[in-house]
Amino acid sequence: MKSLSITNRLLILVAVLTLIPSYFTPLWQISLWAPQYPEGLNMKIWIDHLSGNVDQINGVNHYIGMKHIGVEMFPEFTYLKYVMGAIISLGVVFFLIGKRWSLYSFLGLLTLFGIAILADMYRWGYEYGHELDPKAAIKVEGMVYQPPLIGYKQLLNFLAYSGPDTGSWILMGGVGMLMLAVFLDWKGK
Amino acid sequence: MNTHKWLLAAGLMAAAIAPGCKPKGAQSAITGDAASKVYVAPGQHDEFYNIVSGGFNGQMSVVGLPSGRVFKILPVFSVHPENGWGFSEQTKPMLNTSHGFVPWDDLHHIAISTTNAEHDARWAFGNANNTPRIARVDLTQFKTVEIIELPNSAGNHSSPFLTQNTEYVVAGTRFSVPADNGQDVSIDSYKDNFKGYISFIGVDQQTGHMDLSFQIEAPPFNFDLARAGKNKSHGWFFFSTYNTEMAHTLLEVNASQKDKDYIMAVNWKKAEEYIKAGKGVKKKVKYAHNVWNEDTHSATSTIKEEVLVLDPKELKDIVYFIPCPKSPHGTDTDPTGEYIVGSGKLAAVIPVFSFTKMLAAIEKQDFEGTLDGMPVLKYESVLHGEVEKPGLGPLHTEFDGKGFAYTSMFVSSEVVKWNIETLQVVDRVPTYYSVGHLSIPGGPTGKPHGKYLVAYNKITKDRYLPTGPELAHSAQLYDISGDKMQLLLDFPTIGEPHYAEAFPASLIKDKQVKFYPIEKNQSPYALKGINDARVERKGNQVHVYMTSIRSNFRPDNIEGVNVGDEVYFHVTNLEQDWDVPHGFAIKGANTAELLIMPGETATLKWVPDRTGVFPFYCTDFCSALHQEMQGYLRVSPKGSNVPLKYSTGVSE
Repeated sequence: MKSLSITNRLLILVAVLTLIPSYFTPLWQISLWAPQYPEGLNMKIWIDHLSGNVDQINGVNHYIGMKHIGVEMFPEFTYLKYVMGAIISLGVVFFLIGKRWSLYSFLGLLTLFGIAILADMYRWGYEYGHELDPKAAIKVEGMVYQPPLIGYKQLLNFLAYSGPDTGSWILMGGVGMLMLAVFLDWKGK
Repeated sequence: MNTHKWLLAAGLMAAAIAPGCKPKGAQSAITGDAASKVYVAPGQHDEFYNIVSGGFNGQMSVVGLPSGRVFKILPVFSVHPENGWGFSEQTKPMLNTSHGFVPWDDLHHIAISTTNAEHDARWAFGNANNTPRIARVDLTQFKTVEIIELPNSAGNHSSPFLTQNTEYVVAGTRFSVPADNGQDVSIDSYKDNFKGYISFIGVDQQTGHMDLSFQIEAPPFNFDLARAGKNKSHGWFFFSTYNTEMAHTLLEVNASQKDKDYIMAVNWKKAEEYIKAGKGVKKKVKYAHNVWNEDTHSATSTIKEEVLVLDPKELKDIVYFIPCPKSPHGTDTDPTGEYIVGSGKLAAVIPVFSFTKMLAAIEKQDFEGTLDGMPVLKYESVLHGEVEKPGLGPLHTEFDGKGFAYTSMFVSSEVVKWNIETLQVVDRVPTYYSVGHLSIPGGPTGKPHGKYLVAYNKITKDRYLPTGPELAHSAQLYDISGDKMQLLLDFPTIGEPHYAEAFPASLIKDKQVKFYPIEKNQSPYALKGINDARVERKGNQVHVYMTSIRSNFRPDNIEGVNVGDEVYFHVTNLEQDWDVPHGFAIKGANTAELLIMPGETATLKWVPDRTGVFPFYCTDFCSALHQEMQGYLRVSPKGSNVPLKYSTGVSE
């Protein structure tokens, strides 16, 4: 198989490096605004914990019977950092191999990882929005509270937003580097 | 004297002809676009905080300028059922004195803390006139956090005034009194046994904690008001005095005989030197010092028993007297610290003294005599000049930082603007009516913001919708940014406003405490979570450790309490969000409600006087389920053996 150009090998390395900030930057954010919360409530999801107005969001959401958000709700927090470690190690290996197949494999791996994360987020959001306490104080017929996967959604008096945060944006930049490498490789053929 | 009689005659004439031909009212005084200048659009903030004394309500009010809107009534020396101040177990010690619990006072003057003679607005100080005390309010919480009682004092009116770096808060006694060791003397031994004590209370620069550093034992005059020197006169303090006749009865007449009273100049740096040299005598007294602890959310009151007293008759160069016509009320120092304005309320002129001339006169020993061994300076030697025909009844002077002074005229109901250097009156505007204090943002400091002036009036008569015999007191806002003062707004005030200070909102509005972190709550009665809620009996005391969070109390069903038990509800508000206080009230309680801030713990004591089932509920609308935030407590007969039992949300 064909060896990669120096540029493309370096692009793989850069993509590996963009995975590292995911350990110390938030990966996802969920925000809520309502008339009486003009400043908004914001929750950030990190690789192994939550931060932001989690308590306030729980306080607000218990009226409609939503589950109490906490670290225990996300088993992902226990293994995600190892998954990320494995991907980084593989990335380094792919960089050292420096063949065309290693570039394509790494891009494929990261894309699959991204899809898996989104699928997992969707599953969580679905459960969080649908599995309501039957004894909740406020019940609105036919209403479910699944947050948007990406983007904005009006949920009763709250406007909810969900989207990637710093760590994910950097990571997507890494994926971009790999796509650039694929493009350069294809063009140089 | 003659001028005075003339003015009186003129006033009587005016009153006599008034009903016949009523002059044109002041109603036409508003000109131009006054409304737009005081309009603060919905959602916008005022430019200045105005902290206004409440006089006989013992409180301060927090007002925005230029809108005149009231944001908060802040309890200081008076109980405040609205939030349990003085009723909850934690706040009761704040109102303790050497006379026991004193639930009311008369708060006249506000002093906002300064650094380098400019507002830093860390703290607001207020005085209690009747049972002499000084309070310190923390302006990040708008809460009274310290109160110190003043021994040897009565009618704490010349108070509180701050040195330019808030080194001291200073308080002069209005009534001279025999020293506080319970002297049972005849009143007509006034001249021999009575003294006028001036208290210097040290303020810790970091924490703000007050400590009575020393007192100066001055002659038995009435001390009315004061100002610290600043900038060039830093290190000096100026007190207005009246009743230098030393009368003890019918002061209205007997204290108005002399043509000149005094401004007492105090060199407090000199006093500090004497103290360092070990001078002064420690006197036995008794006074309370009450401190609020932010970590335990509770106050402690300590009785102290000693004060260091300096005798300026023996300790030379601390006290000098400047003759000042006539019964001066306000004494105010201009932003440079060079000029000292004495507002003789019965005088026909406003004398302005020069600090430089005063120092020169002291240097040359240019004295007209002595008073008990303390030098009396010559009026002319110290005088910068007199403002001629300023109006009637000058009381207080504020400054705009642009070279002008503004003096309130109580009798002629007007504000008079004059040039400090040339002493020329340049403008005058009417007030409605009988103006007392004035306030310009930063006005008493070295850096005034000469944009607005507020006049606080004693009489409102026809200015508002009438409300029976007692009418609203009021304030009036003037635009002073131009050459001529322009009346912009009338607004009613809470209580009787005396002095007020104003400062830019930007100094503190981003430093506000939003809630108290629950993990830092060190109250012995605090609960850190709902699982700790419980009820414990200790003899005839029942302690209910209760949590409140939207929207429930835990526990909310309690049984096993008997008639005559002392029930203590220790309620912790577990919320950790801004603007979510919870209230607590129980039927028949002889106290008031609790209003508990997020992360705070407060205690209400209740002694049930009859059997029955007593409801309790949250009094501050906290959520859509606020009306569900309630519970029941069962009271059984004395000696009953109904077991102690408590629960939340189990049975159905």
